[in-house]
Amino acid sequence: MTAIEQAIAQHGLTREEYQRIVERLGREPTLTELGIFSVMWSEHCSYKSSRVHLRTLPTTGKRVLQGPGENAGAVDIGDGLAAVFKIESHNHPSFIEPYQGAATGVGGIIRDIFTMGARPIALLNSLRFGPLDDPLVRRTFAGVVAGIAGYGNSIGIPTVGGEIAFDESYTGNPLVNVFCLGIARADEIVRGVASGAGNAVYYVGAKTGRDGIHGATMASAEFDERSAEKRPAVQVGDPFMEKLLLEACLEVMKTGALVGIQDMGAAGLTCSTCEMGSRGGAGVEIDVSLVPQRESGMTPYEIMLSESQERMLLVVRQGREAEVERIFDKWDLHAVRIGTVTTDGRLRVRDHGSLMAEIPNAALTDEAPVYHRPMARPRYLDEAQQLSLAALGAPAPPKEVFLRLLASPGVASKRWVYRQYDHMVRTNTLVVPGMGAGVVRIKGTTRALALSLDGNGRFAYLDPFAGAQLAVAEAARNVACAGGQPIGATNCLNFGNPERAEIMWQFARAVEGMGAACRALEIPITGGNVSLYNETDGRAVLPTPVIGVVGLLEQAEHAVRRAFRTEGDAIVLLGEARAELGGSEYVKVMHGLVRGVPPVLDLAREAALQRVLIEGASSGVIRSAHDCAEGGLAVTLAECCFDTGLGADVRVPALEAAVADYADVAALFGESASRVVVAVSAERTAELLALAAREGVPAEVIGRVGGERIHLAVSGRTVVDERLADAERVWSSGIDRYFERQQAIA
Amino acid sequence: MRARVFVTLKPSVFDPQGTTVADALHTLGYAAVRNVRQGKYFELDIDAQTAEDARKLASEAADKLLANPVIESYRIEVGNA
Amino acid sequence: MKFAVVVFPGSNCDHDAYYAVEHVLGQEAAFVWHKDTSLGGADVVVLPGGFAHGDYLRTGAIARFSPIMQAVQAFADAGGPVLGICNGFQVLLEAGLLPGAMLRNRSVKFQCEHVFVRVEQTHTPFTMACRQGQVLRIPIAHGEGNYYAEPAVVERLEQNRQVVFRYTTAAGEVTDAANPNGSVHNIAGLCNERRNVVGLMPHPERACELAVGSADGLLLFDSVVRALTQGVLATAR
Repeated sequence: MTAIEQAIAQHGLTREEYQRIVERLGREPTLTELGIFSVMWSEHCSYKSSRVHLRTLPTTGKRVLQGPGENAGAVDIGDGLAAVFKIESHNHPSFIEPYQGAATGVGGIIRDIFTMGARPIALLNSLRFGPLDDPLVRRTFAGVVAGIAGYGNSIGIPTVGGEIAFDESYTGNPLVNVFCLGIARADEIVRGVASGAGNAVYYVGAKTGRDGIHGATMASAEFDERSAEKRPAVQVGDPFMEKLLLEACLEVMKTGALVGIQDMGAAGLTCSTCEMGSRGGAGVEIDVSLVPQRESGMTPYEIMLSESQERMLLVVRQGREAEVERIFDKWDLHAVRIGTVTTDGRLRVRDHGSLMAEIPNAALTDEAPVYHRPMARPRYLDEAQQLSLAALGAPAPPKEVFLRLLASPGVASKRWVYRQYDHMVRTNTLVVPGMGAGVVRIKGTTRALALSLDGNGRFAYLDPFAGAQLAVAEAARNVACAGGQPIGATNCLNFGNPERAEIMWQFARAVEGMGAACRALEIPITGGNVSLYNETDGRAVLPTPVIGVVGLLEQAEHAVRRAFRTEGDAIVLLGEARAELGGSEYVKVMHGLVRGVPPVLDLAREAALQRVLIEGASSGVIRSAHDCAEGGLAVTLAECCFDTGLGADVRVPALEAAVADYADVAALFGESASRVVVAVSAERTAELLALAAREGVPAEVIGRVGGERIHLAVSGRTVVDERLADAERVWSSGIDRYFERQQAIA
Repeated sequence: MRARVFVTLKPSVFDPQGTTVADALHTLGYAAVRNVRQGKYFELDIDAQTAEDARKLASEAADKLLANPVIESYRIEVGNA
Repeated sequence: MKFAVVVFPGSNCDHDAYYAVEHVLGQEAAFVWHKDTSLGGADVVVLPGGFAHGDYLRTGAIARFSPIMQAVQAFADAGGPVLGICNGFQVLLEAGLLPGAMLRNRSVKFQCEHVFVRVEQTHTPFTMACRQGQVLRIPIAHGEGNYYAEPAVVERLEQNRQVVFRYTTAAGEVTDAANPNGSVHNIAGLCNERRNVVGLMPHPERACELAVGSADGLLLFDSVVRALTQGVLATAR
């Protein structure tokens, strides 16, 4: 290998890509330029494998104020306000160093929100880990949770919800997807643009060190046994610095002295300078010797590629510099002028005046490579989609299954996790974690927002199109259960190596499914994130498309929780079950398999169901609502009972199954889509049934709230009859039991 | 001069972090570890003529800020930076 | 009635305290920056929760050197009512306005949840609207709320009836299980000898409206309004 070939390979570029660089520049690049191209053309920054597919997603709508392409998306929520939100992955850093990886993920997504001029008011997260009986997984899990808590709590933004699932495929490659939402005045949204020749380019925040150099290229590579050696590429977060930046930036934005602002996240100074220039149709010239540095002897290459956290790049209107500097000084932050906006559309990097790099912004951004990667339907599918119940033998008694599922970490109470998150700070949290979608009120208005993140890797593995659709439906349904009208979404697509045709096929089908579901439910996707190369030693994670849906409640006090509230209320099942066990928690927990086909989803029926939920919440007829997901109707009913300690006596609708032995199992634990358990007072039951009938949604009174037991019968036979307190003990210790004191750190 | 300041919890004060670390070491098989106390370590690079001056300054810093006398005590070592 | 809410860099419950005073209690609130030297003529001072200076070194350790703390000290010396909530309580401890110190929670984890605290003393400006022994449901959110003081100091606190709040069960029983963080004697909050400075780990400002789970915390704010209106305290300036 020649020296140049070696340099190309070390930078994660292909020979063809290098050739394109030479052609575009009309010469060989300098080392600094090669570094700049390598991060901007990495999968993480360029979306080169995913872009052709992402273009098909619906991104417009009457409420959309900002679609994809900015630091975050924004939707109109009335009263002149905008909800600004986005989801990001921090999977690879979180495996290498769980605490800091997760913490800096939170820090990054918060910066994306406040750079838009929005005050962040809520965080959520979607997490995937291997099984908790593995001590290494426990350490990763505990570290990630502590990292999310450490950052979010310190900066004072509540973590109001999320979801967690476990599967062997995530053991060496956990998924850490973090979501943040903020509120801005709709007419004061700030964008990441550099424009106006002569305007000053400012650097503010933490000093630049050698941390995280090539983080973006790392996020675009698979793990192998040598990944542990990549430790130096991990950034360390400083939430206190970020809190100061947040307050100072919001204060600066109010002055109108800013042209644009962008976080130095992945690919640091490189990405922020060329992207801001590109968006504003301008050039940016900086001198790296002016950049505040934490270590001595840093080269221009290192300064341009550093991913030190908590740094922002600002473009300030000429003549307003002193005003901006004064505000940062108040917060003990020192904004430093490092460059100037130019007219020539180029990124020009100097070091003590000498030119180190000069690249047209467009070459780094719009003209980055775009690949139509080959796709092929995975060979595993035909076999994996076959679920032969007969071959599984006779099912365990329903009571045993019920308790096993409640104890399964995927289903069990996540209190161990969310107790570590400050979920109440800012005093807006109307529905706390563990009670369905998180709901936060918008002070100064009557409104509230319901937020839910969902994804089901098992379903997506068995059918990526259906799996992605089911994720959208579930997130929207959760928001609707709380009474929120879904108005926007953000997606995080976690897949394996896109250079493998089977992975690319999974990805493309999932994006198609997500797009179809969002179109049918009229939910625009205003931005998101793609995380590829989630593999360990050549084995990919379950394809995991995660979606975050934002729902709007006109009246905050109409927010609905999942827990039963009143003894004697009727329990109504909205929606209809089929004998569907494919990809279910049951098949996984009881038989250790991920097999079958995911539940059928009829998007028109789903939309109708959500209309019933939203209207039922606003009219007050629905007292509690909880969607049927992992573990099916039986688990859903149990969860409705736990918070208030009110029992339930339920006649579970009987089903016919191809294998008769499995009829009860399917009725109790099947995961048919578009089903919700609601409670309604006796007096208003008819009103709810009429509302459902009007929308063509099947609705049936299946039982009554009350007592101290959870009693479930099928066709007159008692199948589950447990003291609620006993069932709750099993459920609430499902995760805690792995973290008894002696295991706390080991 | 460089002053090294070691801040530890007073013996009478319960140390939940140290206890957790000790428990973890036990599960890793280090039964011989009887007890763990966690503390803080500071390096102060000080412009001072003599070791005595450096020690005096470090000791003031520890009294005033680095240690909380209600729960912590400290020890200082002085050497060349 | 004018409340000063002191803002340290890293305070994050400052807006919540402001909101509780201004929008729920209906009194006047003003932020006071930590570099200021005057409390602006406030009748009540609130040191809010958060992570002042990132809680680096020790919780509250750096904040106590902020310029505003001299004014807070003088205000307290003159008998003015001072309430330290969570991080604000930690600052009061570090500043020596209240005795003792905080250790990591015995769970070694941050904990955010509703807890029950019993009002042990109604003879303070922040509890006079409560009933003696009344049990309040108020959230905690901290990683270092494990209150510690030398046995002799705790003894004196008890004798002087300076323990204002204690963690209990919903029924008001002091049990170890009801103690969320390992605090000595289940102490959740205390006052100084003069009884005008009160610090507590739970967040009353987060419990001022039923919509967010509880309105029990409002009693603390009602109390100080009553205390000042009835002239129980000589107002300090």
